[in-house]
Amino acid sequence: MDASVEKDMITRSEPLRVINSSPGAISKAKARTKRSWRQIRTESVFKRTLTIMGLVMIILVLGILLTLIVQSLPSIKSLGIKYLWSKVWDPVQDIYGAWPFLLGTLLSSFLALIISIPFSVSIAIFLGEYHPKGWLPNFLKNAVELIAAIPSVIFGFWGLAVLVPMVRILEIHLGVEPIGVGIFSSSLILSIMIIPYAASLGRSMITMVPSHLKEAAYGLGATRWEVIRSVVLPYTRSGLFAGILLSLGRALGETMAVTMVIGNTSLIPKNIFAPGNTMASVIANEFTEADKPVYVSALIELGLVLFLVTVVINIIGKKIIDRFTND
Amino acid sequence: MKFNSFKFKSVLVAGTFFAMLSLVSCGGGGGSTSGSDSTSNSGDDNTLIGAGSSFDNPLFSKQFSEYNKANGQKVNYQSVGSGAGISQLTNKTVDFGASDAPMNGKQDSALSAPAIHIPVTAGAVVLSYNLPEVKDTLQLSPEVLADIFLGKITKWNDAKIAAVNKNVKLPATTIVIAHRSDGSGTSNIFTTYLSKVSDEWSTKVGKGSSVNWPVGLGGKGNEGVAGLVKQTPGAIGYIELAYAIQNSMPYAKVQNKAGNFITPSIASVTAAANIQIPADTKVSLTNTEAADGYPISGFSWIIIYKEQKYNGRSLDRATKLLKLISWMIHDGQQFSSALNYAPLSPAAVSAGDAILKSATYDGKPILQ
Amino acid sequence: MEIRSVKYRLGKSYGFQALVYILAFACVIPLLAILFYIIKAGVTKINWHFLVNVPKPVGETGGGIANALLGSILIIIVAAIIAIPIGIMAGIYLAENRKGRLAYWCRLSTDILQGVPSIVIGIVAYFWLVKPLGGFSGFSGSVALAIMMLPIVVRSTEETLKLLPDSLKEAALALGMPFHRVIFKVIVPVGFSGILSGVMLSIARITGETAPLLFTAFGNPYLSYKMTKPMQSLPLLIFNYATSPYNDWHDLAWGASLILLVWVLFLNIFTKIITRKWKVQL
Repeated sequence: MDASVEKDMITRSEPLRVINSSPGAISKAKARTKRSWRQIRTESVFKRTLTIMGLVMIILVLGILLTLIVQSLPSIKSLGIKYLWSKVWDPVQDIYGAWPFLLGTLLSSFLALIISIPFSVSIAIFLGEYHPKGWLPNFLKNAVELIAAIPSVIFGFWGLAVLVPMVRILEIHLGVEPIGVGIFSSSLILSIMIIPYAASLGRSMITMVPSHLKEAAYGLGATRWEVIRSVVLPYTRSGLFAGILLSLGRALGETMAVTMVIGNTSLIPKNIFAPGNTMASVIANEFTEADKPVYVSALIELGLVLFLVTVVINIIGKKIIDRFTND
Repeated sequence: MKFNSFKFKSVLVAGTFFAMLSLVSCGGGGGSTSGSDSTSNSGDDNTLIGAGSSFDNPLFSKQFSEYNKANGQKVNYQSVGSGAGISQLTNKTVDFGASDAPMNGKQDSALSAPAIHIPVTAGAVVLSYNLPEVKDTLQLSPEVLADIFLGKITKWNDAKIAAVNKNVKLPATTIVIAHRSDGSGTSNIFTTYLSKVSDEWSTKVGKGSSVNWPVGLGGKGNEGVAGLVKQTPGAIGYIELAYAIQNSMPYAKVQNKAGNFITPSIASVTAAANIQIPADTKVSLTNTEAADGYPISGFSWIIIYKEQKYNGRSLDRATKLLKLISWMIHDGQQFSSALNYAPLSPAAVSAGDAILKSATYDGKPILQ
Repeated sequence: MEIRSVKYRLGKSYGFQALVYILAFACVIPLLAILFYIIKAGVTKINWHFLVNVPKPVGETGGGIANALLGSILIIIVAAIIAIPIGIMAGIYLAENRKGRLAYWCRLSTDILQGVPSIVIGIVAYFWLVKPLGGFSGFSGSVALAIMMLPIVVRSTEETLKLLPDSLKEAALALGMPFHRVIFKVIVPVGFSGILSGVMLSIARITGETAPLLFTAFGNPYLSYKMTKPMQSLPLLIFNYATSPYNDWHDLAWGASLILLVWVLFLNIFTKIITRKWKVQL
């Protein structure tokens, strides 16, 4: 690696030497070569520093992965792979099964995704297609970005104080147990929180649709809706999908807001209004009071699972985006 | 553009400075990793550090503030949770831990040296409910309480509840149970009580800071449980006494071992603690023998290493720590009642004194 | 027939447009509701006294959040000092090496890091710094937050630099300018607004993080500026006091929430203004 960098530098500085090879200016040229050599050294040091900084990112991720694995070893050893689908989480009797939390995480995240998609796609279409410029779209864009900036603990407080009573009224109308807190409430909160991610990516994808495609469709007499349906959406489909995947990744890892409104029981949720628990909320709830080594490492293993799941989802999302932007 | 690049230069210079600084600080960090003996505890900083029970936090904040005014000794206490407090003490990152549950065998064996428990305050767990129709105070017997939390009694007008509340007209509302979702000492006291009074609870659920609740909703912290109870008609949940009083929430009388229905209060908790206390003070006050004692209450302990000379701690620091704890169980108790904590019973104070004197530095007792 | 059909199609088009408008602006409602709620609860608590005093124990009215403010600011500054140079340089590296195996893994790591739940980073930082060093410190909190900042800085730097035309760099290199000078004098200044907005957004994000600080910065009831000692911060204070039983502490938590919110909003709006200004000038 280093050798190739140096070689690269030498080839680049060669023209310099050629220019200065006139006999009258040899000493000058020597001095200049010296200087350019010094420059080359600085450059290779600089390039190496850049590479090292790039390496730091890799080392960090590997370090996190390694730390999680090492710390969850006791539970991996004693519980094995069946940890993932065991249905009981009972710290008193040292029985740890992650299934209720896996299910709770998936249910709440996917429900949040389904709720948020119409909104985030609408924002993306509004900003990308209908009104790319102007004060109103600017206002909307800033507002959406502010949603992303609000700390999640504040979302949680607001959800508990405002959203949960509203959900309870809804539950009374639907005839289910009027608890209020539960997977549905947490999905609502999550759906608000993840809108910005899908919306901003979707917007940039929609603005990338070549205008000649749209113009051709308009020229054929298509209405706006028809252009959006048959040109814009098909063209951006994979990009929108990636945006949705990335917001799914956010929803999976969200901790504080979910913990406050999900109801927190280790029982397997029966329906979407039932209380449940997510992997992140269990860690947040029980990590501080975990008093046995196996208990602690079972919680860290939960973190490891969460880490791996978000990694896979992020990788798939990024792959799709990369393919989309390269085409 | 020229202006910009000038601005940019200064930013760049600052950036380089930052980079160097961060490298230096990283190097420093790496250096001290190798010499892990030099802990924060041995530094010249005078602040004593403690961590643990969130239940103790309001009282400690008052006591430590007063202690600082009187003696100029700063104490940094953080309510990270009892379990976390114990593991911080195990990892020797703090001077003392505070816990609502005494250390169990497994935790003891994780310690590198024996630890001692000093009771510092007592608290009660009350059952708060949301029944707008009911104006009188509910009465609960241990059997009824266990059956409710086991999910065997599901309606408020159940015959078993009516039997202990003869003069109260109970509604036909479904019972919604609210419990703590986060591991907590409050849960520990409550589940310990239920395990003592109900065999079924003890075998099916057991006791602990976090248990596998058979029914109900979890709320994070007292706040979360109180929120659930306040918002949900027909709800019942357990919260700390101080919390119920501060938020004027209704709470039930509970029948104690002697058969009396006791209103939870500071006096009835102190009464519960006025029993024979074993030498190591690791005693549960739940289901107390005392006739006028509230049955769902418990001590909170400060936990320190018995041998204070570890990790290069100075005698000075050890003495400061023990003086602080001694002050807390004597003069510090005057601040309890105002904050709805139960002052220590005389029996508890003398047991605490005895155990404090057993603490040593390099084998020699610290307090005379 | 045909006229009706066009009408129908146009109607459908406008109908869809209306739907998009409604759904798009429906998202503003919860935002305004949250802002309103926090401002209502917090605005009466904030005054000068609140900003310059440390919290009082329960039972004494008054008290402020000076320790949390100072702690938050210091922790964030140190986190920024650690994360910004590394992040920008890693971003430059990625922008300069678009292909290549190392760059691929580096890019992937950045994406992964962005998705790691904050509580996991808190746990990891505890095992990396607090346990080996034998004590909690503001510095370990900074490191945890720096890890959270990094991916945002890296990605925004990379994305910004990628957008710049190659001709810019080629022109500078052709003039015989050394590579590092090209980067620092040409490429980075041109992309400065993008990089800066990434930095600002990352700072806004870490300001509200509680979970990574719980077991690193630890908290401190006193005013402390020593990075090697436990330190209080705003989200920690909110987290601890909001769940306490006392109204005095709730007031502190609400006031602190509002300050946190204002700070985050300020950073966002400031970033917007800066971005716009630089774009105009360049």
